[in-house]
Amino acid sequence: MKFIESFVIAIRSLAANKLRSALTMLGIIIGVGSVIAIMAGGAGMENYVTSTLEDLGTDVLYVTPANPDAPGAAAMAPGYATANLTLDDAEAIARIPSVLGVAPTNENFVELTFGDESIASVIEGTTPEFIEAMGYEMASGQFISERNVASRDMVVVLGSKTAEDLFGDEDPVGQKVKIKGKRFTVIGVLALKGGSMFGFSMDEMVIVPITTYQARLFTMRTPSGEDAVQSIAVMVSGPEAMDNVEADIETTLRKRHRIDEDEKDDFAIVSMEQMIGVFSDITGIVSIFLAAIASIGLLVASIGIMNIMLVSVTERTREIGIRKAVGAKRRDILLQFLLEAAALSLVGGGAGIAFGWTLSLAMSIIATLAGFPLQATLSPLHVILAVGVSVFIGLASGIYPAMRAARLNPIDALHYE
Amino acid sequence: MVMIELENITKIYRMGKVEVPALRGITLNIKQGEMVAIIGASGSGKSTLMNIIGFLDKPTVGRYMLEGVDVSRLSDNKLAELRNKKVGFVFQTFNLLPRASALSNVELPLIYSGSGQKRKRTMEALERVGLAARAKHKPTELSGGEQQRVAIARALVNNPALILADEPTGNLDSAATAEIVSIFCQLNRDGITVVIVTHEADIANQTQRIICLLDGKVISDEKVT
Repeated sequence: MKFIESFVIAIRSLAANKLRSALTMLGIIIGVGSVIAIMAGGAGMENYVTSTLEDLGTDVLYVTPANPDAPGAAAMAPGYATANLTLDDAEAIARIPSVLGVAPTNENFVELTFGDESIASVIEGTTPEFIEAMGYEMASGQFISERNVASRDMVVVLGSKTAEDLFGDEDPVGQKVKIKGKRFTVIGVLALKGGSMFGFSMDEMVIVPITTYQARLFTMRTPSGEDAVQSIAVMVSGPEAMDNVEADIETTLRKRHRIDEDEKDDFAIVSMEQMIGVFSDITGIVSIFLAAIASIGLLVASIGIMNIMLVSVTERTREIGIRKAVGAKRRDILLQFLLEAAALSLVGGGAGIAFGWTLSLAMSIIATLAGFPLQATLSPLHVILAVGVSVFIGLASGIYPAMRAARLNPIDALHYE
Repeated sequence: MVMIELENITKIYRMGKVEVPALRGITLNIKQGEMVAIIGASGSGKSTLMNIIGFLDKPTVGRYMLEGVDVSRLSDNKLAELRNKKVGFVFQTFNLLPRASALSNVELPLIYSGSGQKRKRTMEALERVGLAARAKHKPTELSGGEQQRVAIARALVNNPALILADEPTGNLDSAATAEIVSIFCQLNRDGITVVIVTHEADIANQTQRIICLLDGKVISDEKVT
């Protein structure tokens, strides 16, 4: 019996009982749909994070305090590591060959007030090198200067969106805003950059000199009593110099922090490449994990299909008897029911892919509205995988019912009521 | 030429520890082109005999030759092939696929034989029983007589050597009964061997030969005058 004929017969049988077929397919549709949505969403998230990170410039190293006893990435978690970097450390690093500049940076949240308007904002206390290290440009006014840092001036530079939120179309330069009750003069506005890091928009922040930050806004001390620095961005002259600079930074800081030869670093140096890699891995693993859990739904769907096929076989006992009486062989009946199960899951799988894709589009839209321009992407690999899994489920669920059908005795089957 | 040769055909059913002999050593021949009626009371074994002749079942003991070929101990697959190509079955309860059209029903044996020209052969079979006009109807839209005619068309579609009918008019009124019997007579005149199991003497008398069974044995085998 020809394969295509059998497939057509299978589809006809399914169409003969549309409601039942649809309900059975529901399991696969939801199962495949959720796995697809998770994978598409995961891919979108990964792209989003890596593209934003790539934007920041690849010849930059970041030095942060780290807990020498903690494993892997956890070492850098804020709060887990003792604040032990200082402005003097930053200056020492700045003297290393091939280093173009350093931007020691502290970060926190504040409330920004202008007249009656108040908004929450991220605040960075940093140095003039920050604008180049992070890839920003000025839209108006000027960035903080060496003099501002030396004099601890009460000046602030606004991010593009922050300026818009607080001042609308007005030019903020020259105006005064209040941060933690203290008056700062706006000396510049950054140009729109786009993207976000760790969930915060790159354009919603304000920048003050690090010295002002330490003295007037948030004071944090190292164990030896100096003002602490949370992280130091180091601009390197070129990719070839990265390894050397990293080694030199390590040597310099180990000496300054008096770390013995057999002790581990109490700081961490990461390159953007490493960061991208870590985030890629994390989102990848999370996606796979979630998808695996969602696959449990597929297992349930599979059981549902087997159940319905068994019922179908029993209901159609007489029909099977008739088919055998006119010459159907065991393998004809086996093939018929296997194909029905496969058709069920194939159609269900296709609908599931469409459903999952719609779901991931919805996710993208919601995320974009919330401020993260996420674009869920469905790769051909995902689709092929989903189709393959659907067919496999169909065959696996259908084999037992199909075998039962094939083994029916025609005489008994014909007498079945 | 001899179509069917049965030699000492015995069928014993085992129900747990009890053995029930349905057929006890039946020996008979049926020639090509004969029209034979098999009659007998309930439990006489006539349905069992039909099932064996029609390859739905295998004898426990004995030899069955079809057109000179020993078909007594064939595999299930071979039996299925014979059911498909050599025999056309007609049942008392019609046994049509309820949700398929007359056309699809008649086509069924052709699908399993993998034949070409399905549409043509199907329509020819339907024409032969006078139902070409109702080809698209489903069994629920057809009368009892029409449904049985569809079943006969299905039995014919693969040009079988033999038509076996098990109480074909059992569920029909007298008008439809007469119709069906006359179709069988016509098919026989066209050269097909026809074997009808029945308990109605009227129908038996319209055939050429009546074989009577009792308790699994042939008790009489006579020509109709």
